[in-house]
Amino acid sequence: MSGAPLSYLGSAGSKAHQVVPLTWFALIVSTATCLIFAALIVAAVRRGRAEGDVVAAQAVIRGGNGLRWIFVSLILAAVPIAVMLVWTMIAIARTGVPPAHPALVLDVTPQQFWWRIRYRGALPSDTFTTANEIHIPVGAKVLVRLNSPDVIHSFWVPSLSGKTDAIPGQNNVTWLEASRPGRFRGQCAEFCGAEHARMGFEVVAQSPADFEAWRRGQLRSAPRPVTTEQVRGLAIVEYRCSLCHSVRGTIAGAGSAPDLTHLMSRATIAAAQLPNNPGSLRGWIEDPQARKPGTQMPNQHLDAAQLNDLTAYLGTLK
Amino acid sequence: MSRPAYRTPVIGDDGPELRARLQAIWETKPGLLGFLGTVDHKEIGIRYIVTAFLLLAAGGVEALVMRLQLAGPDRRLLTPEQYNQLFSTHGMTMIFLYASPVLSGFSNYLWPLLLGARDMAFPRLNALSYWVYLAAAIFLYTGFLVGAGPNDGWFNYVPYALAEYNPGLNQDYYALGMILLGISTSVGAANFIVTAFKMRAPGMSINRIPIMVWGTLTASVANLAVVPAVSLAFFMLWLDRRFGTHFFDSAGGGQPLLWQHLFWLFGHPWVYAIVLPAMGMVSDGLPVFCRRPLVGYSLVALGTVATMILGFGVWVHHMFATGLPALSLSFFSAASFAITFPSLIALASWLATIWLGRPVVTTAFLFFASTILLFVIGGVSGLMTASVPIDLQLTDTYFIVAHLHYTIVGINLFPVVGAVYFWFPKMTGRLLNERLGRWNFWTMFVGFNLAFLPMHITGLLGMPRRVYTYPAHMGWDGLNLLISIGSYIFAAGVLLFLINVARSRRGGAVAGPDPWGGPTLEWATTSPPPPYNFAVIPTIASRHPLWEAALDEEEARSSIHRGMLLDHGKEALATSPMDAEPERIVEMPEDSVGPFALAVGLLVLLFGLLHFQPWLSAAGGLIVAAALLAWLWPRRKLLERAEPAHG
Repeated sequence: MSGAPLSYLGSAGSKAHQVVPLTWFALIVSTATCLIFAALIVAAVRRGRAEGDVVAAQAVIRGGNGLRWIFVSLILAAVPIAVMLVWTMIAIARTGVPPAHPALVLDVTPQQFWWRIRYRGALPSDTFTTANEIHIPVGAKVLVRLNSPDVIHSFWVPSLSGKTDAIPGQNNVTWLEASRPGRFRGQCAEFCGAEHARMGFEVVAQSPADFEAWRRGQLRSAPRPVTTEQVRGLAIVEYRCSLCHSVRGTIAGAGSAPDLTHLMSRATIAAAQLPNNPGSLRGWIEDPQARKPGTQMPNQHLDAAQLNDLTAYLGTLK
Repeated sequence: MSRPAYRTPVIGDDGPELRARLQAIWETKPGLLGFLGTVDHKEIGIRYIVTAFLLLAAGGVEALVMRLQLAGPDRRLLTPEQYNQLFSTHGMTMIFLYASPVLSGFSNYLWPLLLGARDMAFPRLNALSYWVYLAAAIFLYTGFLVGAGPNDGWFNYVPYALAEYNPGLNQDYYALGMILLGISTSVGAANFIVTAFKMRAPGMSINRIPIMVWGTLTASVANLAVVPAVSLAFFMLWLDRRFGTHFFDSAGGGQPLLWQHLFWLFGHPWVYAIVLPAMGMVSDGLPVFCRRPLVGYSLVALGTVATMILGFGVWVHHMFATGLPALSLSFFSAASFAITFPSLIALASWLATIWLGRPVVTTAFLFFASTILLFVIGGVSGLMTASVPIDLQLTDTYFIVAHLHYTIVGINLFPVVGAVYFWFPKMTGRLLNERLGRWNFWTMFVGFNLAFLPMHITGLLGMPRRVYTYPAHMGWDGLNLLISIGSYIFAAGVLLFLINVARSRRGGAVAGPDPWGGPTLEWATTSPPPPYNFAVIPTIASRHPLWEAALDEEEARSSIHRGMLLDHGKEALATSPMDAEPERIVEMPEDSVGPFALAVGLLVLLFGLLHFQPWLSAAGGLIVAAALLAWLWPRRKLLERAEPAHG
């Protein structure tokens, strides 16, 4: 659904295709059940309502075959429940087992409060790391391996797949398959601390050719700075940001925060909270805690000139 | 000098002289010592109910603050930490400190009256259960008020609850407080079980007890079985946090999922424990206003027990996303589907009772009847969560928030408020105002549905739970504003209820012993009942002792005003577990401040442990030891030393 990016009443992939009709079936049966009960309650009260309102003045009676109500309702309920049960088991069988020969394997590592994504290639030189934006080729079965270095998170892309928890010390797997190109929003779905609310990500499904082009782009190292501003900006990255971030091709190689090598190729920053444009990027670096209280990124107290230099350099990380 | 261990009780008639004698024996002494020492189940029951409603109000205010924050996108009324403490404390309060204790309060107050008994089986244990509950509530709320409330949800998942990620005292307050509350729940449950099986009036065989007794009995058995799991889990959490053990820390070989198993092994049965007694209230109250006995008593009683048995086998449906094998998911999914059927028995029975009866629409009736609809809504949404693939989408979204509020508010709060309208005249001798009652009901009903029905839709549109804010343009803005408005209307309805109670307590119409023409024994005694409940022990011949003349179905008639006198001291009658044959006269304990002192000692001990203060802990331990010694010291009067001759 276009107006609600996290809605799971629509689907964009083979896994969600299995579940959406079942969800609608359950919703319709449920709504009908509620309406039937509401009508019966109103009818029952109107039908026998005693005159006068002093309860104790009304005679006590017994009669009617009340047990029939119970038996009939049990039998009537058994039908949709049996359908749901069988349909559920079929859907578990079709969606619960990850593909044996996936086209792509991703290591997704959620942590307070962002997503690390590692693309595994056949060779180390084919392997790279990115953050908060997962690209997949349309029509390919993608295996997602989940682990967490801190607390429990949950991986969820409503229009492609239900939730799978990422639990420390445990390797969980899930899988994705997009049936059409598009941007699909994902969200951490297990409470994980202060900024659980703003721990989003995006899945970008692309045609195989576009995906391949993107993948090759991601394998490149960062370009060398050209202008003096950019050179000073790189120095700030190397002296400050490198304690947590990495930019391949520079000495910044830490892994406790998002890889910035291709920062500008991503549509959002701060775990899909802010659009990635120069203004919001500058505002974010200037005071991360004001925009996302509880984020692990500290305020670096950079002055205006330093911010200019830094954003100038970051702007080259395409 | 020594009294015979056995005597045959004298059969006699109710009369003013007998009542005066019993009054002198059973009355609680005035003054502070009497207040702290009373073991009267009615006094304890009302204290439970009042305390639970105060905490309900606190939890409600917490929710209203959260709804201000969530009324629109990206609002900044609360910081994330404030919001997280609020939603965690709200859950803890409503689930642990309101929903279960309020039912214990009603059961404490009503059981001996329903069963034709003079008191609960263990009156002092009963007092202890209340004082420890109060101590736990004080302890947990101390944490919240000093800014160290729980901040990891009521479910409190590790590793976020471990010291590495949560270094404050928040989780220590929560862990120790929950262990304390577990003591209260456990002793209360043991008391209910023994009372149900041993304290019924002669003739009240097990197939004649009110459904509410079935509900609380079933819940109590479940509590005894599962509270140890959560107490243990919280103790292990505290050890992990303060002594560096590694039960839950994966880096040290621990297992985060162990917490979830232990917690939900307790948590899901607990969900049934906080609704089954309330369903019992509907099963007992609704028929009175329909002027006919409940349809399908035996099936409803069996359904109650069956719900609980199945309830032990569904805990994993809280953990469908944790990566368990598909085969075990299928098993727990099927069990979760199956639990629909026993619940449906109660729903069909209530509906048939209205259909086949001649309903008199009172406020109590409206609350009981609306429970049916709210239960159905909460039930079908629960059924959807039983389906693993659907649940993997639903779980941890607002759909679940809607579902759990329809169950807990719908099957706990609505029946409880109905029960107050129903039994308030018994407790106080005054009726609640019916006109204000209508306003009260409709405001609560409309407000509740306005607040919680749209949450299903925000959930389906993907709004996650436990978020302190949300971005605009997700399709949730308008619905959230509506939800916030509904929550304030709902709160206004609850406020009308409290106003009605405050006004009617002194100014309400005088009720008399039996304002509703009820079928069960509590309506056979005065309103409010005397400290000894019944002047003579009644003898029971049917399920509806006070409706026997009207129904005229059996030869035998219950005897209410003539029966065993038991006036030699503070005496009660113990009967056999199934058929309620009289077995022996039980000497009931006098009032005692022992339970109160024990609870105070436990509270001091807990604060000592919380702050690692050895002297404070030792002082608490000494108070506990002294209180236990004084309490348990053998007394000749209670025949605790003389071995009676068997014969």
